[in-house]
Parts: sequence; structure tokens; C-alpha cells
Amino acid sequence: MNWLISNFDLVVGLTVNHIRLSVVPIIVGFVVAVPLARIAVTGRTARAVIITSTSLLYTIPSLPLFVILPAIIGTKVLSDINLIVALSIYAVAIMVRAAADAFTSVPVDVKQASLAMGYSRWQQFWRVEFPLAGPVLLAGMRVVSVSTIALVSVGVLIGSQNLGYLFTNGKQRNILEEVATGIVASLLIALVFDLILVLLGRLLLPWNRKNGSRSAQADSVRLPITVGDVG
Amino acid sequence: MIEFRGVTKQYPDGTLAIEHVDIVIQPRTITVLVGSSGSGKTTLLRMINRMVDPTSGQVLVDGTDVATVDPVRLRRSIGYVMQNGGLLPHRRIVDNVATVPLLRGVAKSAARARSLELLDTVGLDRGLADKYPRQLSGGQQQRVGVARALAADPNILLMDEPFGAVDPIVRLELQTELRRLQSALDKTVVFVTHDIDEAFALADQMVILRTGGIVAQIGTPAEVLAHPADDFVASFIGADRGQRRLRLQPRDPASGRIVVVDSAGRPAGLIEDDHASIGDGASPDVKAS
Ligand SMILES: Nc1ncnc2c1ncn2[C@@H]1O[C@H](COP(=O)(O)OP(=O)(O)OP(=O)(O)O)[C@@H](O)[C@H]1O
Ligand SMILES: [Mg+2]
Repeated sequence: MNWLISNFDLVVGLTVNHIRLSVVPIIVGFVVAVPLARIAVTGRTARAVIITSTSLLYTIPSLPLFVILPAIIGTKVLSDINLIVALSIYAVAIMVRAAADAFTSVPVDVKQASLAMGYSRWQQFWRVEFPLAGPVLLAGMRVVSVSTIALVSVGVLIGSQNLGYLFTNGKQRNILEEVATGIVASLLIALVFDLILVLLGRLLLPWNRKNGSRSAQADSVRLPITVGDVG
Repeated sequence: MIEFRGVTKQYPDGTLAIEHVDIVIQPRTITVLVGSSGSGKTTLLRMINRMVDPTSGQVLVDGTDVATVDPVRLRRSIGYVMQNGGLLPHRRIVDNVATVPLLRGVAKSAARARSLELLDTVGLDRGLADKYPRQLSGGQQQRVGVARALAADPNILLMDEPFGAVDPIVRLELQTELRRLQSALDKTVVFVTHDIDEAFALADQMVILRTGGIVAQIGTPAEVLAHPADDFVASFIGADRGQRRLRLQPRDPASGRIVVVDSAGRPAGLIEDDHASIGDGASPDVKAS
């Protein structure tokens, strides 16, 4: 514990930064993916184009992406913005497919019924489709959250200050405790984020509780690496 | 009054679902659209609240062409009941029933109070109000569906195989209930089914559709039974197989009453004495049993 005690401030600083770097991409992933996915489920062509292209994004290796981003968006090479943009792209890539599954999971019957009741299209989206897509959206967000927190670490390679620093630095200086601290701290962040998401789900989707199909919902969320499959 | 005038519907993929249909539906009656699967019943029904627009022809409600009415407003003024209830799984029963009043801007507390009354109307315990749809049985969900359709007090009630997914006993119960509600509330009901017995049980007017969305016959159940328009109708109502044929048994010597039996010899009912003198054949009210 010696290393941790003497470097406690460093660890706290890196953890805070790690959280900061994770939160933005997770939120961007959600906000961008939901409308894209909603458009994707309107037709075969839309689905093929949107799902394929966003899935392709996920296949871009992270390091080259970090390196070319400054050239594309005109940021400084060592800016955290590069990392945030790159991670947002990955988050969108995962989330679009999950969200498309989420909207597909809304029963046709219920959509028809809401139309027959006299919901306008807009009301139908906000009051019926969006909440009913909630459980599968949530499952997708849990995957995005874990994946983003893990990926932030890679950012140290382009100079970002986060828990990944403890891995590289600990390895170079052969301090096992430093590496272990990095791992445990990232795991803790991932756990806390997951817990927050689950609690949000409880709060926002009370009708879904005691629902035996939860694992089925999680199953429908995959990493979008099978690019050929456009459903 | 609802009127179909020369209505044709061809879906974008080329399917001709309804072909030149004329129907007049009198107010405060139950009209049953009956026909086999794919004969265009749902399409016809949905043209009334503009979930489907006709390719040609007009649908008029109280003399107004529905094509000139904003679909969202139109739908809020017409009750609609779907096969599986179509309840919103994320809203409690009381909120499901209040859906349309809330969409129309009725205050939440007033809508809720009205919801609870409607649960009484359709014979549901108010204790169910705060449950979610999946916590109810199929029959209960169906009743909630009816309550929801009644919530905005519409003059017209459209029902698309509303009792198709419940067991036969509950189905009979719901049919009886519907007839009671209809006479109590004075609604114009348009009811879709592919079950000819259900059609006979409910209809003031029957519209028998054949594949391709063509009207084979329109008439009261008695008219349809007495004069099937063609072989298709005869076969559809089971008349050609003798299914609808009832026979009178000799007067029971002890009670002096006459028992009616169906084609298989099973008792179907009793003849009231004043009818017994008419003698042969069976009058429509006997057939209802
Ligand atoms: N949206 C649509 N696009 C294309 N064809 C359709 C559409 N909806 C219905 N059809 C076709 O139109 C015909 C009539 O369909 P409809 O749903 O009105 O029949 P139905 O009598 O209600 O059948 P069921 O008893 O099975 O519910 C069918 O051939 C059906 O395949
Ligand atoms: Mg149908």
C-alpha cells in the first residue's frame, strides 16, 4: 500500500480525469445514436446504410484514429478533445445498433394502438416508442459505459492523463502496485457507472421491474463487429 | 351514420384489399364485418378512422368525408379496440384508460376519476387501476381496451377481433357485455371478426366479405340466414352443410313445450308457446341460441 499512500493525490486526479473523459462520450453516444437508430428502423435502405456505416466506424483501430483526428478536426495533437471525439465515435457505433434493436423491440400492436388512440407521430415517439425502447436502450448503454471506460486508458498513448497512465508508468518502472491500482480504479469506475445506469433504469422504467426477460434484452446488445450483417 | 361510397383500397405493393365497397351503417347499431383471413376487414375498419386512406371512393361519418378531417383529431373522437388489447405496457391501467382524455387536454384528476368509473362500466375491479397491463389476464386486458375506447365518450366504436385472443367462455361473457354496453350507451359499433357465430351473436347488420375485399352480402342475420346471397355465403355461414338447421321435436306431452334441436340432434332451445303455432321452420330468435 506504500505506493498508493504516497501517490494518493495522483491517483485521485487521474481517476477524476478518467471519469470526465468517459462521461462525455457515453452521453454523446446516446444522444447521437438514438435519433440515428430511429431513422434506421424506418426502412430497409435506411437500416442498411446507417447500421453498416456506424458499425464500420467501430472497426477503425483506435491508435490511428487518435493520430488522424487532429488533422481532420483541427485540434492540437495532444488535446483531450481528440480522445473524447474518438471515444464518442466508438460509443455511437455500439449504441446505434443497440438502439435500432431497442426500437425494433417495441411491439407493432402497441404502436398501432397508440396511432389509433390519436397520438401524433411526435407524441407517439416520445410517449410510446422511446419509453418502451428503454430496457434495450439501457442494456446498450451498459455496454457502452464499460467499453468507454476501458478505452479511455488507451488515451495515454496520445498524452491523455488518466488511469491508463498507471498501467504504462507502472510497467516501465516495474511497480506492480501501481498497475494494480490502475486496474482496480478503472473497475470501480465501471461498476459505479453500471450501478448508476441500473438505478436510473429502476427509476425511469418502473413498469419493467420483475420482468423475467432481462437477460434476453441484454443478449440483443452486441459489439457491432460483424459488419456484414445488416439485419 | 357511417357510409362507404364506392371505396377501393389498393396497397402500394399492389394488393387489392377492398374493391368498390358500398356500405351504410346506421347509428346506434352493431355492424359486424365478417370474412375469412385477408378479406379486408381490418382495412375497411381502419378507413373509418383514417389509419388507412382509400385509393378511391369516400368514407363519410355523419355526412362528412373523413378525408377532410385531421386524422389525429378524428381518431381521438372514435373509440378503437384491438385484438390483444393493444394496451401501453408502460402505463398503469388507470392511465391507459385515460389515454385519449389526456391527449385531448382533460385535467389529470378528472381523467383519472372518469377512468375509475369506466372500470366499473366494463365490470372491472377498481383495485386493478394501479396495476400494469401485463399483471392482468387476457380477458381483463380486453375489458380495459374497451374502457379505454369509451373514455372520450365517442359516438363510434371500432373493434378489430377484440375477443379473438380469449378463451370461449370469456369470449361469450364479453359478447354479452358488449351487447349490454351498446344498448346502454347507444354507440355505433363496427365489429370485425372471422367467427361467423360471433357475427350472428352480435350483429344488427352483417357485412360478409369474400377474398379480394368484395362484399358478398349485407343484411340482418335473419336475412342472411334465410336468403344467403350465393353459394359462398351459404357455405360461409355453414348453411350448405346443414349446420344452421334446427328442427322441432314433437311437443313434450308432460309440459306441452316444444324443444328445438340442432343438426346433430342436440337441444338448442325451447319454443315459446305463441311461436309454436307458426309451426315449421325456425324464427331468427330461436337461432340465436
Ligand atoms: N399495409 C399493407 N400493405 C400491403 N398489403 C396489406 C397491408 N395490410 C393488409 N394488406 C393486405 O390486404 C389484404 C387485406 O388485409 P386485412 O388486414 O384488411 O385483412 P383482414 O380481413 O383483416 O384479415 P385477418 O382476418 O387476417 O386480420 C390482405 O391480402 C393483406 O395481405
Ligand atoms: Mg384483420
